[in-house]
Amino acid sequence: MKFRLHRFDPESGKKPFMQEVELDIDPAGKMLLDALLELKAGDDTLAFRRSCREGVCGSDAVNANGRNVLACVTPLSSLKEPIEIRPLPGLPVIRDFVVDMEPFYRQYRSIKPWLINDEPEPERERLQTPEERAELEGAYECILCGACTSACPSFWWHPDKFVGPSGLLQAWRFIADSRDQATEERLDNLEDAYRLYRCRGVMNCVEACPKGLNPTEAIGKIRELLVKRKV
Amino acid sequence: MDKRVFDAVILGGGGSGLRAALQLADSGFKVAVVSKVFPTRSHTVSAQGGITAALGNVTEDNWHWHMFDTVKGSDYLGDQDAIEFMCREAASAVYELEHMGLPFSRLDNGKIYQRAFGGQSQNFGGEQAVRTCACADRTGHALLHTLYQRNIAARTQFFDEYYALDLVRDAEGYCLGLTAMSIETGEPILIEARATLLATGGAGRVFWNTSNAMINTGDGLGMVLRAGLPLEDMEFWQFHPTGIAGVGSLITEGVRGEGGYLVNSRGERFMERYAPHARDLASRDVVSRAIATEIHEGRGCGPHADHVLLKLEHLGEQVIAERLPGIRELSIRFAGVDPVNGPIPVAPTAHYMMGGIPTNLNGQVVAPARYGPEEPVPGLYAVGECACVSVHGANRLGGNSLLDLVVFGRAAGRHMIEYLTENPYPRELPDAAVQFGLKRLARWSETRGDETVDGITRELRRLMQKHCGVYRKRAVLEEGLGELAGLQERAGKITLGDQSRVFNTARIEALELENLLLVARATIVSALAREESRGAHSREDFPQRDDDRWLKHTLYHLENDQLDTKPVRLKPLTVDSFKPMARSY
Repeated sequence: MKFRLHRFDPESGKKPFMQEVELDIDPAGKMLLDALLELKAGDDTLAFRRSCREGVCGSDAVNANGRNVLACVTPLSSLKEPIEIRPLPGLPVIRDFVVDMEPFYRQYRSIKPWLINDEPEPERERLQTPEERAELEGAYECILCGACTSACPSFWWHPDKFVGPSGLLQAWRFIADSRDQATEERLDNLEDAYRLYRCRGVMNCVEACPKGLNPTEAIGKIRELLVKRKV
Repeated sequence: MDKRVFDAVILGGGGSGLRAALQLADSGFKVAVVSKVFPTRSHTVSAQGGITAALGNVTEDNWHWHMFDTVKGSDYLGDQDAIEFMCREAASAVYELEHMGLPFSRLDNGKIYQRAFGGQSQNFGGEQAVRTCACADRTGHALLHTLYQRNIAARTQFFDEYYALDLVRDAEGYCLGLTAMSIETGEPILIEARATLLATGGAGRVFWNTSNAMINTGDGLGMVLRAGLPLEDMEFWQFHPTGIAGVGSLITEGVRGEGGYLVNSRGERFMERYAPHARDLASRDVVSRAIATEIHEGRGCGPHADHVLLKLEHLGEQVIAERLPGIRELSIRFAGVDPVNGPIPVAPTAHYMMGGIPTNLNGQVVAPARYGPEEPVPGLYAVGECACVSVHGANRLGGNSLLDLVVFGRAAGRHMIEYLTENPYPRELPDAAVQFGLKRLARWSETRGDETVDGITRELRRLMQKHCGVYRKRAVLEEGLGELAGLQERAGKITLGDQSRVFNTARIEALELENLLLVARATIVSALAREESRGAHSREDFPQRDDDRWLKHTLYHLENDQLDTKPVRLKPLTVDSFKPMARSY
C-alpha cells in the first residue's frame, strides 16, 4: 500500500515534508494503526502516540486523508491510496504525528470537569433514577482524543478563547448530572462571546468523533439553558 | 540535571496512582504524578465489567461472603488478612467513587446497578451473587476519568509523558525518589520525594496474545528488580477466557454475567461439563482451561478450529445496547460481528498479572531482611496491578481489580501521610544513586550491533506465548529459559536508528523492552520452581495442587535468578481463617 507521511523532527534542522512510502501489508481485517506499527518497525524514527489499540484510550488520533480519525479503529481498507497521514490540525506539531495537546487540555480544565456538590455526603450512594442517569449518555464517554476539537475551524482561530466541542461536551456532562449543583456557575463560565458562542454549528466535530458522540447537540442544549435563564 | 522536590512522587497515572495522589493532595501534601502517557490513557481506562463490592443492591450480600469467594478464587494462595481488609473496605470505596461523580448505571430504585460476575456466591459457596457495580461496560473509563478530574480539582502536579528510569535509594535502603526523562524533550530529571509510590500497572505485553495496552511493559517491576528487591508470585498470569479471537481485545465477563454463554463447534454449552454448578460463571482460570481443552481436543470453531463462540443474541438488542454498548462496538470493529445478530469468536488472552512487587496492607514494599521476610523498604510503596499484596493469589476474580486499585490506593495514600509526618525532612541524596538511572539512558545512544527493538520484542512475546501459556511443563519452560537467555544477549546488540532527543519513541520502546525481558525471566524461573497446579498456573507434569509443599508465595531475585519462598498469611484480621478445600464451581 502507498502512504504519504508527514515527517518533522525539529532537531534535524529540516522543514516538515511529506514522505512517500510503500508498505507490503494485506489490509484485510487490519486497522490503520497496524500499518503505522509496521512502518515504524521498518523505520524506528517515525513518532506517534498509541496505547490501548482498541479505541478507548484516545492516544492515536491523526489526520488521515483529510479526516481526523483514531488510527486503531480505522480499517485500512476504508482509506484510499495513497493514504496521507498528518498530525491533527490546529495544534502545534512536536514531531511527525505528535502534536502538543496542551491547548486542548487547558480548555478541558477550564470548564471545571468535576462534580460539584457541597451537601454532606450520605453514608451510601446518592440516588439517581435511570432516567436521570440516561441524561449522561453520549456525554460521559468522551475519551479526550482531540479529534473533534482539532477539526473545528472556530478552535483553529481561537484556541485560547473558544472551549471547543470536547470541552463543551464535558461541560454539558456535568450540567446534565442530577447530582451536580453548579449549573448556574457553569453557565456563567460559558456565557461570553467566545467560550461557547464561537460554535458556528458546522458540525465537523460530529463527523470526527470516533465514539459517535454529538458535541453540537450538547452545545445546543447549553445554549437553550443560557437563553432560558435570560427570559 | 533538572531537579524537582515534592513530598511524594507517584509513578503511574492509572486508577491506583490517582487514588493515592488524591488522598495526599486533599491532605495538603505536595504530590507529583509521573506518567509516560497522559493519565486518562492509562490501562485502567480499558476495564469494562465493573468493580466488586457487597452493596447488596440486587441480592442479599455481605463482605464476608465476598471474602470467601476471593479466597477460594485465589486457590487459597491469597493472603487472608489483605483479602478481609479489601472486602471490608469495598463498599465505602465504591460509595466514595459515586460521591466523586462516577456515573454508575442505576437500578430502578436509583441505587448503583450491580451485575453477576464469575466466582461470586451467597452464603459461602451457595447461590450466585450479584455483586459487581457497573457503569455500562465502561466502568474503568468512568473510574479513571473521575479520579483524574478530582485530581485536577485538588491541584495534583502532573508530569505527563515522562518516562521513569530508576529508583533513587541511599545506602540504608531509603527510597528518595526517582530519575525520569521528559519524552518530549529527552531531558533527564531527578524527582526527589520522601515517599515514592509505584503504580505502573501490569506487563501483559510479554505475551503475544494479550488484552493489555501497548504501554503495559512492567516498568515498575524492572525498576524494583534493578534495585535488588524481589518480585512475588510471578508465575501467576491470568488468561482471560474471552479475548476476541486473533486480536486479543477483551470481551468482558459481564457478558456472561448478563446471560451470555459459550458454545463449541458442536453447539454444546461445554462449560456444563467443567463446572456443573456455576457453568459459564466459573472462575476465569477454570473457563480458560476449559476453552483450551475444547480447542485442543478438536472442538474449536472456525476454519482453524482455534476458538469458541460467545452467544448473546438471546439477550436482545435493548439489553445489549444499554448494558454492553462498548463490547458491541469492539465486536463489530474487530470481529466483524454485531453480537445482536451472531456469536462473538473468542479465545483465552493474557490479561492480568497476579504477582508483582510484594507489599503489605499499607502498600509498603516489603522484602526479606534482617528481621523477617516482610520488612518494609522505607519510603517505597506499590499499589495496583504492579503490586502483590496479595489479594488475588493464584487467580483473580473479575471485578476485584478495580477494587484493588481504589482500596489499596487509598490505604497507601493514608500510610504515606503518616510516614511523611514522621519523616518531615529529606535525607541526603547520594550522587551515585542518581547516576544509576542515567547510565541506562546513555546505553541507547551507543552504536552496537544490528539487532532491533521490534525484532527482539516480537520474538520475546512469541517465546512467552509458546513456553509459558495456559498449560506449562518442565521441558518446555526450560527450553524457553534457554531461548530467553539468547534473546537477552542479543538485546545487548541493539542499535537505535532514532537518535533525536525530541519525542524519541524508539528509545522509550527500548527502555520498555529492558523491563519486559526482566519480567519474562522472573515469570519463567518462578513457573519452573512451582511444581504444582494452582489457580492460573497449570503444570501438565504436576496436575494437582500441593498444599504441603506449595501453599506459599515465591520470591524472585534478579541476582543469580535466586528463588525464595514465604508463607501465605492464612490468618485474617478478625474472622476465622478459610481452610484450603478442594475447589470446584
